[in-house]
Amino acid sequence: MRLIRQGIDNEYLTGMAFILPWLAGFLIFVAYPIGCSVYLSLCVYDGMRPPEFIGLANYASIFRDRQFYKSLWNTLYIIFLGVPLSLVFSLALAMLLNQKRRGISAYRTLIYMPCLTPVVAMSVLWLWIFNPEHGLLNLFIMRFNDLLQSAGLGLLRLPVPGWMNDPLWAKPALIIMGLWCVGGTMLIFLASLQDVPRTLFEAADIDGANWWQKQRHVTLPMLSPVIFYNAVMGFIGGFQYFTQVYVMTDGSGNPNDSTLFYALSLFNNAFPHWRMGYASAQAWILFFITLGMTLVVFRISARRVYYHGA
Amino acid sequence: MTKANAISLTRSLAAHAVLLALSAAFALPFIWLVITSLKPPRQIFEFPPRWIPDPIQWSNYREAIQAFPFIDYTINTLFVTLSGTFATVASSALVAYGFAVVRWRWSNLFFLVMLSTIMLPGQVTAIPVFIIFKQLGWIGSYRPLVIPAFFANVFFVFLLMQFFRTIPRDLVDAARIDGCSHLDIFWRIMLRLSKPALAVVMFFSFTGGWNDFMGPLMYLNDDRMYTLSLGLQQFMAQHSAEWHLLMAGSTLMILPIVALFFFLQRTFIEGISLTGLKA
Repeated sequence: MRLIRQGIDNEYLTGMAFILPWLAGFLIFVAYPIGCSVYLSLCVYDGMRPPEFIGLANYASIFRDRQFYKSLWNTLYIIFLGVPLSLVFSLALAMLLNQKRRGISAYRTLIYMPCLTPVVAMSVLWLWIFNPEHGLLNLFIMRFNDLLQSAGLGLLRLPVPGWMNDPLWAKPALIIMGLWCVGGTMLIFLASLQDVPRTLFEAADIDGANWWQKQRHVTLPMLSPVIFYNAVMGFIGGFQYFTQVYVMTDGSGNPNDSTLFYALSLFNNAFPHWRMGYASAQAWILFFITLGMTLVVFRISARRVYYHGA
Repeated sequence: MTKANAISLTRSLAAHAVLLALSAAFALPFIWLVITSLKPPRQIFEFPPRWIPDPIQWSNYREAIQAFPFIDYTINTLFVTLSGTFATVASSALVAYGFAVVRWRWSNLFFLVMLSTIMLPGQVTAIPVFIIFKQLGWIGSYRPLVIPAFFANVFFVFLLMQFFRTIPRDLVDAARIDGCSHLDIFWRIMLRLSKPALAVVMFFSFTGGWNDFMGPLMYLNDDRMYTLSLGLQQFMAQHSAEWHLLMAGSTLMILPIVALFFFLQRTFIEGISLTGLKA
């Protein structure tokens, strides 16, 4: 008995020793900063002079700040338009790439490649593609319009947007850029498509289900946990959206604040403007927004997500 | 040819046509990147655009390398990225072993705490962490970019834990009975058997460091110390119309990652399907 006890106690120390890197990091870089951040959010603090306590005044002025609502709107826009679009697109790609054909792995690699591109390089490249007069995208649109014109379908001409120069089109431009790098999400869908038991499809075949019915009643339920996971990651990612806009707008969120996303607004308040108390309050509001959204998604998913074998 | 054969041939052709068209759409931005990077400046704004630069101007690359000190920035980036990768992988593997293999009281409690930190947006801790580094006098050095990597990355810990759990427990128990210490088991059994998972973690960590922009933006202020991400962004802020140089610089920044991916591809794909995760 004493031996066993000793064994457990030894294991306890060993376990603690192994997780020590995380535990120390947690205390220094998470727990202590959380306390600091709560306090700072109640202060005026410019990073030089000692913080001065002002109660909830930061929160009050955030809720009166037009830029706050603007950044919230921009972020929700890109989440509610961009996340569903990229989920549908990457799922469609995964289904298309889940065939046994010659050269399929080459196709998979090619479609995965964009998400390897360093974000700064990708943003520079797409800024050039979105160039209103000389960019590749508008060259294609103009060419397409010419073709329509000569076919006598001039009425169907597409708009030739100013993309990142136009407040109306800047966010759609970022969503298009996002669709180019759905490779990571696609790969997760592909892996889970390959895990769907064949017997389920065979059973559906016997019952006389057509292609669409099989996708709707077999594939989709089986993939629902992964779709749910990707949706949650997409929501969280929307609130972290930073580098692309910072590079493409030189940190300004222009034109006309149309690309001032939540993370960019927070960063700009904290660093160029040194309003660190205000930015800390923004960070806590962000925490409660993501917490609330995640809870809602979980609530919905409890009814909609099917966990096979769980 | 029978009717069934004809149908399957048509299907196969249609499938390849769709796949080819999609791949072309995905590859087009890369092609445009390389084309622009090889154009003489006056051909960049030509209308209609030229698909083959004339002459092919390789000197754009030489000019880009000189215009922003590309080689210095590459060395800086490699230093930050490689030391960060080594530190993260080593510390995350230790922590994953502590949670997944060692059995001890309260491990579940600590695990729950670790799990809950995922919900916390990075912005909440970023400002106090910045202040800590400022008080230590580390702003303007690489320390804020490298030192935190020694304290494990929660995401990588999960990934490695999942992998460690697939390794038969009997191996560990047998080694324990033979008097092997946990450190020995970690080093001689777990790490040896986890190469695909370690490759995935290394790759994610390397690309994460190579691509990191916000870290260098917050902590580096001397332009000789910039990394490639920050250097390229600053170069664009100053020379926004010189697309041939910007594209050459971007190409040079993308190439090492793509090369690494192809080099690791086999291990990488294996590791991804084993752990079911993404960047």
